[in-house]
Parts: sequence; C-alpha cells; structure tokens
Amino acid sequence: MNESLTHIFLDSFLINNFVLCTFLGMCSFLGLSGKFATAWRMGVSVMFVITVSSILSWFTNLLLVRFHAEYLRIIIFIVIIAATVQLTEMFIKKNSPALFRELGVYLPLITTNCAVLAVPLFQTSRAYSLVQSTVFSIAASGGYCAALVLLSLVRERVELSDVVALAKGTALTLILAAILSMAFMGFAGMGNAS
Amino acid sequence: MSETQTSAITAESNPFRNGLWRQNPVFVMVLGMCPTLAITNSVRNAISMGLATTFVMVASYGMISAIRKLIPKQVRIATFIAVIACAVTVVDFLVKAISIPVYLALGAYIPLIVSNCLTLERAEAYACKQPVLKSMLDGLGMGLGFAFALTCLGMVREVLGAGTFLGVPIFGAHFEPWVLFLLPPGGFISLAMWLLSFAWWKERSLKKAEQEAAAPQLAAPVEVRS
Repeated sequence: MNESLTHIFLDSFLINNFVLCTFLGMCSFLGLSGKFATAWRMGVSVMFVITVSSILSWFTNLLLVRFHAEYLRIIIFIVIIAATVQLTEMFIKKNSPALFRELGVYLPLITTNCAVLAVPLFQTSRAYSLVQSTVFSIAASGGYCAALVLLSLVRERVELSDVVALAKGTALTLILAAILSMAFMGFAGMGNAS
Repeated sequence: MSETQTSAITAESNPFRNGLWRQNPVFVMVLGMCPTLAITNSVRNAISMGLATTFVMVASYGMISAIRKLIPKQVRIATFIAVIACAVTVVDFLVKAISIPVYLALGAYIPLIVSNCLTLERAEAYACKQPVLKSMLDGLGMGLGFAFALTCLGMVREVLGAGTFLGVPIFGAHFEPWVLFLLPPGGFISLAMWLLSFAWWKERSLKKAEQEAAAPQLAAPVEVRS
C-alpha cells in the first residue's frame, strides 16, 4: 500500500478518529474524562505506550512472518503491550513520583485499552511500512488524546450547570460524546481530498 | 424485581442470573463499551459478537479458575490476558470457518475481545477466586447478558437506521431511513437513551416502593393519636 503520510495522519487523527468514529478505547474515554488534569496525562501516557508498542510490534511481525507463525499474532501483540506498559510504569515511577501517584490505578489499565491493541493490528492488516506505521500510531494516539481532552473540557463546564438528576452520570457523558462525534463527522468530507 | 425468586437461590450461588440481569455488564456496570457501540449497527452483528464474547468468557474463565492456585499474585493480570488471548485466537479461527460475511463485518473487533475491559474485570473479580463450574456459569451469564444488551442496542439502531429487522424490511416502501443511527453518533445516542430509560424505570419503582412503605407508617401514628 502506498498511502501518503499526510493522508495516513489526517485519516487517523480526524476523519476516522479512533475514539469518536471507530469506538476504540471507550472505557477510559468515558471513565477518565471527568477532569482535564487526569485526561491529558492519561492521553500522553497512552500516546507513549501506543507509539513504542507499535514500533516493537512492527519488528516482531517481521519475525512472525519469517517463521510462518501468523496465528500467534494476537498473543504476541498483547504481550508486547503488557511489557511496554510495565516499562512505562517503571519509567514514570523513577522520573516523576508525583505523576505516578496521580495516574495510579489507571496506568496498568492501559493494557486493556482496545486502542492500544488496535494500532498494531491495523498496521499489520494494512501492510504499512515502518515509517507509515510510526506516523499512523502517533496520529491515532494523538486523536485519542485530543478526544479525551475535548470531552474532559466539556464535562468540566457541564459540571457547573444544572442538569436533570436522572441524566447525571454515564448517560450525560454519552450524549456529550454523541455531540462531539457528530462534530467529527464533519471531517468525513476530507476523506476524498487526498 | 424478582426478589422472592432470587432470595431462594441467593445471588451468590446463582452467578448465571446475576450476570444476565442484576449486574448486566453493559446497562449496570457500563463495561465493554467498544464492541457495544461499534458492532451494534445490525441485529445479526450484535448477536454474533455477543456469542463470540460469551464463548471467550466461558472458555477462559474455566481455564483461569482451574489454574487459579498456581498463578503468583504479581503476574496474575498478565496470565489472565495470555489465557484470554488464546481463547480469542480460537474464536477468531472459528468465526472465519463458520461464516466469512460475519467475519468481515466484525473485522478487528474479534481480536479486540482480548482487551475488552469486561473479560478482564470478571476474571479478576470472580474467576480467580471461585471453583471452575461457578466461574464458567458466571462467564455464561455475563456473556449472555452482554449479548442481550448488544441485541437491544442493535435492534434500535437497525430498526430506526435502516428500517429492517434481521435484514427483513418492516416499515414498507415509504419509510425514510434515519441514517444517523447507523453512524457513530447513533451508537452513543441509543446507548444513552437505554441508560436513561433504565434509570427512569428504576426511579419510578423505587418511588412506588417508598410510597407503599410510607403508607402504613403514616396510618399508624394517626391511630395512636385518636
């Protein structure tokens, strides 16, 4: 496949935004978007994990193809992700204990974020080259981060306003997400411009 | 709701019903959102996704529960994920063998069952502490509850978005499909509506119960005063 890098970037950042258009990483999107401070920290750590694990999986996939063991793909990818998350955890713990305390429980949960597993799977099925998959992983995780931050900003505002008691909680978050998702549908027109 | 029925066989000894309704993974626990929103654009896809997840949960919980005493506490999450990933690989090949159209429709979401928060949450909360048969029952209940919730959502989205049910048109030729419901925002909106209606229903039944409980209390002091 010879998709241009700008097309890959725009496509996964805006047109097919991982969270709002393909529904990946929903759990953390709904759960961690309550406060702006947690949202952007989570977004940045997910970006880091996705980029590193995507590059590692690209090289591992070469090995799997070489030894005709493609059926092991899912298991190998999830092990790589779990290892990357563990490394990130150790890195943050060493360099910034304050941030580590802040993220706390959420760090190990990155392993079960579907967006993280989806990036290596998609780049394999689309047969991206190393450069293409790096751009793809940065754009996809950037899209995730952007959506998370946007929703957290909206939710902080809504927190101050008067809402019917019945709708408070997940239902309200879902409706806000629906409105954001409609806004992102506007980018669909850019898909043919490449 | 069925308090008298469940008290005979308490919730703990009946993990099957627990997952199916009381702690429904989607409507009550709000877990496993990715496939819930992504795969529910038709009833057929919703049902097949639900069944695939059920199979993964039953098989992997059986295995996890069988080896639960051998797993060191520090690496339990990694072990669970490895076991679940094996079950998912089996399902991936099974679905491909049974029906290619379904396989293409579900696409990347079959491998993504591995990172469904629901599967891991139940493994951590239930399967690693309970005996094999109970854990498998819990997996079956949770999986079918998940399938039920997916079908509820799929029904709303397919009927409103395409005017069909399981591919059969039900509104006649004059129906203008409400395409928004097949697109991503429709998923968010229909799930929000289901959650809202459940919350409304719960509040109403709570109020009713309160009124019934309050009525004799009000009557009693009146009698004393007179």
